[in-house]
Amino acid sequence: MFFFLEPTAYLLTAATILAASGVPGLLLRAPLFGQRIAAFAVVIASLLGEIAVIQLLGGSPAAFYQVDWPLPFGPALFSTDHLSTIFLFPLFLVTGCVSVYSLAYWPASEQSSAGKLTFFLGLFAAAMVLVVVARNGVLFLMAWEVMALSAYFLLTTEQQSSAVQRVGTVYLLATHTGTMALFVMFSLLRSTTGTFAFPASHALAQTLPYATLIIVTALVGFGGKAGLMPLHFWLPGAHANAPSHVSAMMSGLMLKMGVYGILRTLSFFVALPVWVGWVILLLGAWSAVNGIALATGQRDLKRLLACSSIENIGIIFIGIGLALVGIQAHAPYLVVCGLSGAFIHIVNHGLFKSLLFLGSGALIHGAGTREIDRMGGLARRMPITSTLFLVGSLAICGLPPLNGFVGELFLYVGSITDGITAPLPLAALVAPVLALVGGLAVITFVKLYGIIFLGTPRSAAAAHSHEASGFMNGPMILLAICCLAAGMSPQLLVRLVTPVVGFYGDVAGDLFTQASSQVPLLPLTFVNILLVILTLIIGAVYLVRLRGSSQPRSTTWGCGYLEPTPRMQYTGTSFSELVVNLLGTIVAPRRERPVMTGVILPRKAAFHYAVTETVLDRVLSPIFHWIGLGFSYLRKLQHGQLHIYMLYIFATLFVLMIWTH
Amino acid sequence: MSAFADQLLVLVMLINLVMLGTSRLVFSIRAVAVQGVILGILPGLINPFSGHLAGITAGIILAKGIVIPYLIGNAVHKAQIRREVEPFIGYVSTLLLGAVFTALSFAFAEKLPLAPEHKDLLFVPASIATLLTGFLILTTRRKAISQVIGYLVMENGIFVFGLLLTEAMPVMVEAGALLDLLVGIFVMGIVINHISREFSSIDTSRLRALKEE
Repeated sequence: MFFFLEPTAYLLTAATILAASGVPGLLLRAPLFGQRIAAFAVVIASLLGEIAVIQLLGGSPAAFYQVDWPLPFGPALFSTDHLSTIFLFPLFLVTGCVSVYSLAYWPASEQSSAGKLTFFLGLFAAAMVLVVVARNGVLFLMAWEVMALSAYFLLTTEQQSSAVQRVGTVYLLATHTGTMALFVMFSLLRSTTGTFAFPASHALAQTLPYATLIIVTALVGFGGKAGLMPLHFWLPGAHANAPSHVSAMMSGLMLKMGVYGILRTLSFFVALPVWVGWVILLLGAWSAVNGIALATGQRDLKRLLACSSIENIGIIFIGIGLALVGIQAHAPYLVVCGLSGAFIHIVNHGLFKSLLFLGSGALIHGAGTREIDRMGGLARRMPITSTLFLVGSLAICGLPPLNGFVGELFLYVGSITDGITAPLPLAALVAPVLALVGGLAVITFVKLYGIIFLGTPRSAAAAHSHEASGFMNGPMILLAICCLAAGMSPQLLVRLVTPVVGFYGDVAGDLFTQASSQVPLLPLTFVNILLVILTLIIGAVYLVRLRGSSQPRSTTWGCGYLEPTPRMQYTGTSFSELVVNLLGTIVAPRRERPVMTGVILPRKAAFHYAVTETVLDRVLSPIFHWIGLGFSYLRKLQHGQLHIYMLYIFATLFVLMIWTH
Repeated sequence: MSAFADQLLVLVMLINLVMLGTSRLVFSIRAVAVQGVILGILPGLINPFSGHLAGITAGIILAKGIVIPYLIGNAVHKAQIRREVEPFIGYVSTLLLGAVFTALSFAFAEKLPLAPEHKDLLFVPASIATLLTGFLILTTRRKAISQVIGYLVMENGIFVFGLLLTEAMPVMVEAGALLDLLVGIFVMGIVINHISREFSSIDTSRLRALKEE
C-alpha cells in the first residue's frame, strides 16, 4: 500500500498537530498570520485523519499503542476500531471545514479573542480524537475533561455578556455532574476488571454485581453530554451563545462523543439486560419528540438549531434502542436496520447540522442578529447562503433527495419489518413516532427558512445584509455537496457503516446484505435523480415563464395590499403558534398579554412571548435557588470574628480528642 | 534527671495558669519568658551533653526567653497598654477552664498509644495542657498583644511535644519549632501593625469591619 503509517499512528499525529495548531497564534505578534498557520495545520491534520479513516474502512488493522506514563493508573493505551472510525470521519471533515470558516468568521484582525479561540478549537478537536482512540479509563477521562473544558472556553468567547456567563456556568455544572457519574462508572469498571484498561468487547457478563450501576452511570454521564432528555438543559443556551462555528463543532461532533461513550460502554457486556434497550429507545423517542417540539417554538435561530440537535440525538438513540431490543429478541433485521440507521444518522447529523450552524454564522454575520423575527428577505441578498441553508434544512427534515432521509429510512424499515413480524409489536410504534418527529421538523424548518429568507426584511440590519466571503462559503459548499452526494447515492453511507454494524452488532456479512436489502436503496437513487431532474425542469420552466410574463413583482405575503409593510408579514412566532399551542404541555410558552387601558384611546400596551426551558427554568433553577437559601445560613458561620474562628479550631481539636475515647 | 524534668514541666503548667489568671500584660510576658527559659533547659536534662545541645539550649533561651519577650514588651510599651480589659470570658472563668483542660489533657494522654519510654513522663499531658492554654488565650483575649502571647504559649506546647522526638529527628524538630515561631511573630507583627494603623487601636474584635457583607 502507499500509506506510510498505520491508522492509529496517523490519528495520534493528527491529534498532536491539532492540539498544537493554535500555539503559533498565541505567540506570534501577527495574530492573523498565526490564525492562518492554525487553519493550515488543522486542514493538514484533518487530511491525515481522513487517511486513517479510509485505511480503517479498507480493513487495515489498527495498532495498539502502549505508553508507560508515570501515573499509577496502568499504561496509557491507544487504539482504534470500526466504532471509532464512524465518529472520526465526520470529526475530521467538520474540523477542517470549521477552521477554514473561522478565518473569515472570526478573523484575528478584527477579533482580539481569535488567538484564544483558535487555540481552544484545536485543543477541542484533539481531545475529541483522543476520547475516541483512548483505551484506558483514566486517559479517557483526561481527554474527556480537556474536551469539556475547551468547549467551555470556546463557548464563553464573548465572556463580557452576562447571558454567555450564565450559560457557561450552566454548561460547566452540567458537564461536571456528568463527569462525576463517569468517575463512578470507571471506578466500578476498574473494581470489576482490576485494571483501568478498557475490557475487550463482550468481555463482561451482565450478571456482574455492578453491571446495572455501570450502565446507569454511563447513561447519566454520557447521556448528559449527548443532550439526551432530561439532561439536555445546558444544550440550547450553550449552542446559541457560542460563536457559530463552535456551535457547529459542539452540536455536530461533541454531542456524538456522548453517543460514542454509551456505545463503547455497552460493547463491554456480553449481553445486556432487557430493560436497557427499552430505556434507551424510550429516552430517544422522548428526546426526539420533545426536542423538535421545543425547536418549533424558538425565536432564536441558533437556539432552534440546538433544540433540533436534541431531536436528532433522540433519533440516533431510537436506532440504538431498536438494535438492542432486536439483539434481545433475536430479530436480526431490527439489529441491522437500527444500528445502520443510528450510525448513518450520526454521520449525517454531523454533516448537515454543521452546515446549518455554519450557515447561521453567515446569517448572523450578514444580518447582525440571531432573532428569526428580525430577519426576512435574505434570499435575495444572500443567494448562496440561502441555497446552502435550504440543502441543510431539507436534509435535517429527513426529506429526499438528501442524506437525512437515508438514516430514517433504515429505522422505518427496521421497525416495520421485524417490528411487526417478530414478537415485538411494540417496536413498530417507532414508525409513527418518527413520522411525528419528521412532520414537526418540516414545520419547524419551513418556519425557519421561510421567515429568514422569504418576505421582506423586518429590520434595517437585515435589509443591508450581504453575502459572506469565500472562506465562509467554501466549507459550507463542501458540506452541502457531501449531504447531497450521500443522499443521491446512499450506497456510500451504507458502505461507510457496514463494517461498524458488523463489528458492533456481531452481524455476519451475508446477514447484513440480506437485511439491508430490505431497504430499497437502488430505487431510492433512481427516485432521487428523477426528483432532482424534475425539480430542475420545473424550476427552469417557471423561470422562463416568469421572465416572459409582464406580471409585476410583489412581496411575499403581500396579500394584494397596496402598501404592505414588513410588519404585516407572518412572524416566526405567529407561524408556529398553532403547533406550539398543540404542544403546549411540552413547550410551555410564557405569554404576557397586553392589557388595554385608557377610556377612549387605548394607551400603549406590550405583548411578551418567551419559550421557557422546562427542565432548567421550572425544575433546576428553583432547586438551586432553595439550596442557595439553605446554604445562606452557613454563611453565618463566617462572621468576621477572629476569636470565634479560633474557637472553631479549638472546638474541632477538642471534639477529636474526645472522639478517641 | 527525668524526675527533675517532670518537676519543671509541672512548673510550665503552673505558669499556664498564671497567664490565664492575670490581666497585666507585662506580667504575662514575663511568665512566657520564664516558660521559654524552662523549655530551653529541658532538652539539656533529657539528653546526654554535647556541644550541639549546648548551642540549642542557648539558642532557645535566647529566642524564647529574651528576644521575643523583649520585642513584645517593646510593643506593649509603645502602644501604652497595661491591661487586657474586658476579655470575652472573665479571668476566673478562664482560670477554671484552664484547670479543667489541664485535667482533661492528663486523661487524654492516658489513652494515647505512646511508646513505653514516654508512658510515665509528664511531657505529653504538659504539652497538651500548654497547647490548650494557648488556644484559650487566643480565643478569649481581645488585644492583639494577648493574641501573640497566646500564640507563643501554643508554640511552647508544640515544642514540649517535639522534645519527645528529639532523638528520632532532632534538627527537624528544632528547625520546625523555630520556624513556626518566626512565622507566628511575623504574622502577629503584621497584624498588630496593620490594625493599629487602620483603626488606631489594636483591638482584634474590630477586624470584623473587614468582613464583606
